[in-house]
Amino acid sequence: MEANLLDRIQFTFTITFHYLFPMLTMGLAPLIVIFKTLAIWKKDERWNEVARFWGKIFGITFLFGVVTGIPMEFQFGTNWAAFSKFAGGVIGQTLAMEGTFAFFLESAFVGLFLFGEKRLGQTLHWVAAFLLFLGTWLSGWFIIATNAWMQHPVGYESAPDGSVQLTSFWSLVLNKWAIFEYMHNMGGAVVVGSFAVSALGAFYVLSKRKAEYGKLFLKVGVVAGLIASIWMLFPSGDLQGRMIAAHQPVTLAAMEGLFDTREGAPLVLIGQPDMEKKRLDNAIHIPNMLSFITYQSWSAQVRGLNEFPPDQHPDNIPLLYYSFHIMVGLGTIFIGIMVLSAFWLWRGRLFDTNWLLWILMLSFPLPFIANTVGWMVAELGRQPWLVYGLFRTEHGHSPMVSGGNVLFTLLGFLGMYTILALLYIFLILRRIEHGAEEMGVETVEEGY
Amino acid sequence: MGTVWFMIVAFMLVCYVILDGFDIGAGIIHFFVGRDERERATVIRSIGPVWDGNEVWLLATGGTLYFAFPQLYAAGFSGFYLPLIMVLWLLILRAAGIELRHQLDNPLWTSFWDFVFSMASILLAIFFGAALGNVIRGVPLDATGYFFEPLFTDWSTTGTTGILDWFTVLSGVVAFVALAVHGASYLALKTEGEMNERARRVASTGWYVLAVVTILSLAAVMYVRPQILDNYYALPIGWLIPFLVVASLGAVKYFNGKGNDKFAFTSSSVYLAMMLGGAVYGLYPDVLPALDPAHSLTIENSKAGAYGLGVGLIWWPIGIIIALGYFTFLFRTFKGKVATDDPH
Ligand code: HDD
Ligand code: HEM
Ligand code: HEM
Repeated sequence: MEANLLDRIQFTFTITFHYLFPMLTMGLAPLIVIFKTLAIWKKDERWNEVARFWGKIFGITFLFGVVTGIPMEFQFGTNWAAFSKFAGGVIGQTLAMEGTFAFFLESAFVGLFLFGEKRLGQTLHWVAAFLLFLGTWLSGWFIIATNAWMQHPVGYESAPDGSVQLTSFWSLVLNKWAIFEYMHNMGGAVVVGSFAVSALGAFYVLSKRKAEYGKLFLKVGVVAGLIASIWMLFPSGDLQGRMIAAHQPVTLAAMEGLFDTREGAPLVLIGQPDMEKKRLDNAIHIPNMLSFITYQSWSAQVRGLNEFPPDQHPDNIPLLYYSFHIMVGLGTIFIGIMVLSAFWLWRGRLFDTNWLLWILMLSFPLPFIANTVGWMVAELGRQPWLVYGLFRTEHGHSPMVSGGNVLFTLLGFLGMYTILALLYIFLILRRIEHGAEEMGVETVEEGY
Repeated sequence: MGTVWFMIVAFMLVCYVILDGFDIGAGIIHFFVGRDERERATVIRSIGPVWDGNEVWLLATGGTLYFAFPQLYAAGFSGFYLPLIMVLWLLILRAAGIELRHQLDNPLWTSFWDFVFSMASILLAIFFGAALGNVIRGVPLDATGYFFEPLFTDWSTTGTTGILDWFTVLSGVVAFVALAVHGASYLALKTEGEMNERARRVASTGWYVLAVVTILSLAAVMYVRPQILDNYYALPIGWLIPFLVVASLGAVKYFNGKGNDKFAFTSSSVYLAMMLGGAVYGLYPDVLPALDPAHSLTIENSKAGAYGLGVGLIWWPIGIIIALGYFTFLFRTFKGKVATDDPH
């Protein structure tokens, strides 16, 4: 097989796997700060136990985030050397800042947070939790700024050797695209975290083990989940969509499965893109809605795929289209679940409403899926460009690394990550089992 | 400005080697110093809260290298494709070894991860040493600015070279022994009683081997890359470096014999810094010498644009000072000896 394709498969696989972990840590970190705050504010030791419990889940997840993150950073050089040579003068900036400002912060405070509670005392332990949160969210910022530059390059000039070089630090770091992407992406992480906390709360309540703690989980999880789910649609999802409409109109057409340019374009709910006949089969749609949500006018013109030369089309339109519709569909479901749960919580009946608790318990994988397909939308939508409008993906791979070598490492990663995934699931299940025993009894300092 | 960033990257690399060096070193001698499950838990505890922070120096160095010398990052990382990916796998395994052993109270589980941790540490030390050996020897860069090396060819340092040849293997051995001694000095510092004595003994036996391979490797460098001395002749202050290598090596032995673990560890840190510093001093202004000198990557032809590098000079010092602050706080919070009989 051709090296470029294998490089793409390897990158897609490793990044998708990596991001499963940070989405949970970035989502849990602010919730842990809330638990810690409640513990100190209400002087209630139970919140401290909740914080410790989720701290342990955080710790395991963090470790997996770190070990799968290191290959990401290296792969820019090993597999995407031509791209690195082209864009390193710009994106090296944000990647180096991520290491200097975020990774040092995280790695120093994760140890202090997990093992230093006794040595630090409560106030400093809160500070450690807060700095850990800050570290994970800063890390998110720099990586999103890097990705946003690839989606929407700004603040650069072309150098004589064909590479691009930075000309404005602030336009790179405060790229408009990065701001919207960050708002949306971090919201997505909080959705993951709050669904995880709620799901485990529902599990403890339903199985009548440590139901008291399950209720604490549910209170925080549902409130955070409600806010975050709504945030995903509005304002952040809406803003993302408008950025795409303004700067990547082909991508928008592909996401929506719109082949012909139309005035008063409909919003498709379900339908299958047929790439041969260039039409959408079995479409169910809301008339004029797409024009309205992208341009705030019921009759605005939306350009379809046929208007753009084929060599500008994303190269996997059906997958892009489905990813987008799965994301939005799940987003709508999340809002539904959380509105119901919050209402029942407010009326004081959530803890006895078994069917709703079952839904909460079983829905924890969905946000992971929503985030993953969301990234598929962003990254497949960017194709065929690696840096939008400037540099094509087909030119980005390392010229001297042959397909055979990439296949070797791809298979290695597949094997290694399968084992990691199994280990992770095993460890988390064990934690959940133990959590039920440990909470509410005098906890022994755990650790190395 | 290129030179400034050359020094910054070198500085970060030295920090990485000293810091992660001691926990890799602890892994190398894990089974020598930790005789039973309880003692091995102590070894792990002594590096537990800090190893991740240490490893971040590698990431930060990589990031800074990408930022300052994108050309070098692209050519070097893709050229060393296979060994680098293997390093990644080893880093994953090592982290798993450290963090998973205490998750389950089962002797098979703990000894399995102990083994993984130690094996991965040993291989990493050898790989890192071999990588440095490749940089010193030079790589087959061509006119396109790229190269690709297979893992091994005919083990000679000329012609169609591989990652491994007699010279780079020797460098790997030096790194292995040096980090073992370094790790032993660290463990001596962090443990008490029997373990402390055992760690000291490992350091003092290891020292003889280290002295021999250091001399061998210095001689080999002269043979493989005599040009490395050019800078020393041009600016003789550089001779201080080999002098300090010898002095710090002597100091390791001296303080080890005196039972002063703190100074022994400091000396072995200086030794590592000087070994690397010597190589860096000799390479300048090359960043990746080619076997055919016309194609060498130098600071000049691989650095990023002036504006970007200038901006970096503002944020880098700020970031690094803050980071040094955290690490001081971290090491102080966990300072002192780790007890062997803590419940784990
Ligand atoms: C819980 C996860 C989740 C949910 C419920 C949603 N999204 Fe999303 N979406 C993401 C998680 C996500 C993400 C994984 O975080 C992405 C990938 C890149 C990014 O910034 O966020 C993303 C990307 C993304 C993009 C592509 C941006 C780009 O190409 O850079 C658009 C247009 C939207 N989203 C729009 C929406 C809309 C209109 C939603 C309505 C409910 C929605 N998303 C729900
Ligand atoms: C949206 C995309 C990404 C986000 C939001 C993200 C976020 C994070 C976060 C929060 C961590 C901290 C560890 C954890 O909490 O699990 C982390 C770890 C890491 N990530 Fe990612 N990441 C993303 C993609 C990438 C990419 C593309 C790279 C490659 C450059 C990368 C490289 C790393 C590295 C090297 C680590 C380990 C850091 C450490 O040792 O502390 N990540 N990531
Ligand atoms: C964590 C969330 C992310 C996911 C799930 C993700 C997913 C993907 C996918 C699916 C592709 C393959 C597209 C294709 O080849 O058709 C891809 C490519 C790529 N992405 Fe991302 N991405 C993420 C974040 C990032 C970030 C933050 C960066 C930049 C820092 C980045 C840089 C790249 C690069 C360099 C490629 C390879 C070239 C290409 O195929 O376009 N990705 N990613």
